Amino acid sequence: MMQVSNTFKTLLQLTILCFSLQSFAFSDAKQEGTVSSKEQVDEYILHHIKDSHDFHLFSYSNDAGERKHVGFPLPVILWSSNGLVTFMSSEFHHDDNGEVIVERNGSKFVKLHSKIYELDANASAVAFDEEHHATNAHKVLDFSITKSVVGVLLVGLFMFWAFSSLARQYKNKSVPTGFGRVLEPLVLYVRDEIARPNIGDKHYRKFTGYLLTVFFFIWILNLLGLTPLGFNVTGQLAVTACLAIFTLIIYSVSGNKDYWMHMLWMPGVPVLIRPVLAIIELAGAFIIKPFSLLVRLFANISAGHIVVMSLIAIMFTLKESLGVAGATGLSLVLSFFITLIEVLVAFLQAYIFTMLSALFIGMAVAEHDHDHHHDEQGHEVPDAEDVRADFI
Amino acid sequence: MVTYNLIGAGLIVIGAGIGLGQIGGKAMEGIARQPEATGKIQTAMIIIAALLEGLAFGALFLGK
Amino acid sequence: MDTLLNDFSPGLFIVQTILLLGLIFLLVKFAWKPILTSLNEREEGIQGALEAAENARKEMQNLQADNDKLLKEARAEREAMLKEAREIKDKMIADSKEQAKVEGDKMLKQAQAAIESEKKAAVADIKSQVANLSVDIAEKVIKDQLADKSKQLKLVDDLLGDIKLN
Repeated sequence: MMQVSNTFKTLLQLTILCFSLQSFAFSDAKQEGTVSSKEQVDEYILHHIKDSHDFHLFSYSNDAGERKHVGFPLPVILWSSNGLVTFMSSEFHHDDNGEVIVERNGSKFVKLHSKIYELDANASAVAFDEEHHATNAHKVLDFSITKSVVGVLLVGLFMFWAFSSLARQYKNKSVPTGFGRVLEPLVLYVRDEIARPNIGDKHYRKFTGYLLTVFFFIWILNLLGLTPLGFNVTGQLAVTACLAIFTLIIYSVSGNKDYWMHMLWMPGVPVLIRPVLAIIELAGAFIIKPFSLLVRLFANISAGHIVVMSLIAIMFTLKESLGVAGATGLSLVLSFFITLIEVLVAFLQAYIFTMLSALFIGMAVAEHDHDHHHDEQGHEVPDAEDVRADFI
Repeated sequence: MVTYNLIGAGLIVIGAGIGLGQIGGKAMEGIARQPEATGKIQTAMIIIAALLEGLAFGALFLGK
Repeated sequence: MDTLLNDFSPGLFIVQTILLLGLIFLLVKFAWKPILTSLNEREEGIQGALEAAENARKEMQNLQADNDKLLKEARAEREAMLKEAREIKDKMIADSKEQAKVEGDKMLKQAQAAIESEKKAAVADIKSQVANLSVDIAEKVIKDQLADKSKQLKLVDDLLGDIKLN
């Protein structure tokens, strides 16, 4: 009981810290009156949800009325029609509407809604159609060190430092001290609660490394997203898609004969139905499962960010109707509790992603040493696992 | 167009809400009946809830 | 869906794939493998220690049982030895008594035999001496008496009368 209340207290402090910093950063950027209307808030939030090419901390207007941005630029690496191009993102001068044109290697680049476009050869400015899509520019393959990549690198370095030092501790003693004492139960938790029960005692050891990496990667990135630094790494489709495809590759490669047999030529089913089932099973394994993994993580984190930022934005959007104190108070209370829930969601999504990955891997490597039960007509009575597999 | 999307989103949320309510309610019943199986029920509940949530989010984003 | 696809950045996907591959490789090699191995070893160690403790306890019990058995055996042996010793002692005493008695009897018999033979010898000696003396006496008497015939006869008669007394 004592432990639980302590954990809760720590969690609360952490949340308050995150939350206060976040609202501070947010209000700092807004208080100049640059973001006050509903549309501007929407735009700001949508902008935040996307990846960005520079590390922007906050902006302010100086006495002369100029906007000043505090942060640092990140390198832009592009594969354009004229080959590899690199420059610093500061060359765009914080423009996001395709107005500043950067010329390199004979190609012209503009940044439009956090994406870099290459202008067609003869164009000198971006032209838009009615839906605000660029008509004379196309996207380029963008290997830039974006904010998300910085986040991934930071988390990667942190994980490598933390866990390799934990590994080193075991060389001298059997029980770790210091920070390792926090990490060890988490490692044991993933191994004993996620990997072992879902994959089975025989095979779990091979996959535990991947599951541990993914679990901590997602969890720490989710938590990083709650800090006011404004990372939204696990809210990037590319990142979650990458994670989901890793899981897909792992369970497809490690699938045993039974797994493929049950997928492609289901035993105990009339022959005519087997191809139909095979198509459904294949779609389930190669599209639905990874898609559900990637969309769940992406949507949860994005939705969480949108909700938290919208609630913080109550400060500005409801200022007229509730007064400054009322709007601020309401915003504080609501966003505080939502942030609290987001801390839980950060863990929950990491847990669910790892859990489902383990479940899929477990289904692929499971050994059917028992015969399936058949009823009198010879039809297979589906067991719980098959039903679950179809549902997923 | 936008209105239809919003109606669809509302429907999805209603459906997901009913589903989540069912999952949570039945899990509570299960726990009340067999408190010793709390851990297992919670795990299963979270998994099913995650599946439902994935479905709902998928639908929401497909309609977006 | 369009917005989603528009937001999807293939470049970020590729970069993320490379980074994640690297991260998984590095962590598996430098962190997870040693950590999981040590954890397994530790768990096996704890299991082993528990088993060893259990074994030690059993062994202790066995040892105690053995000790009890040994003690009992030793006690029984001591009893047996004491009994044997007592028996030997008794037997020895009896034996020596017997032997002493036999010896004594033998010695007594020898003594008796010796006494008998001495007595016989003595009697024989006395007889011969008596005979000699008698002969001597007779010689002397005869010498004296033979001078007087009547006296000789009377003497012979007397002597003969005396001899009857023997």
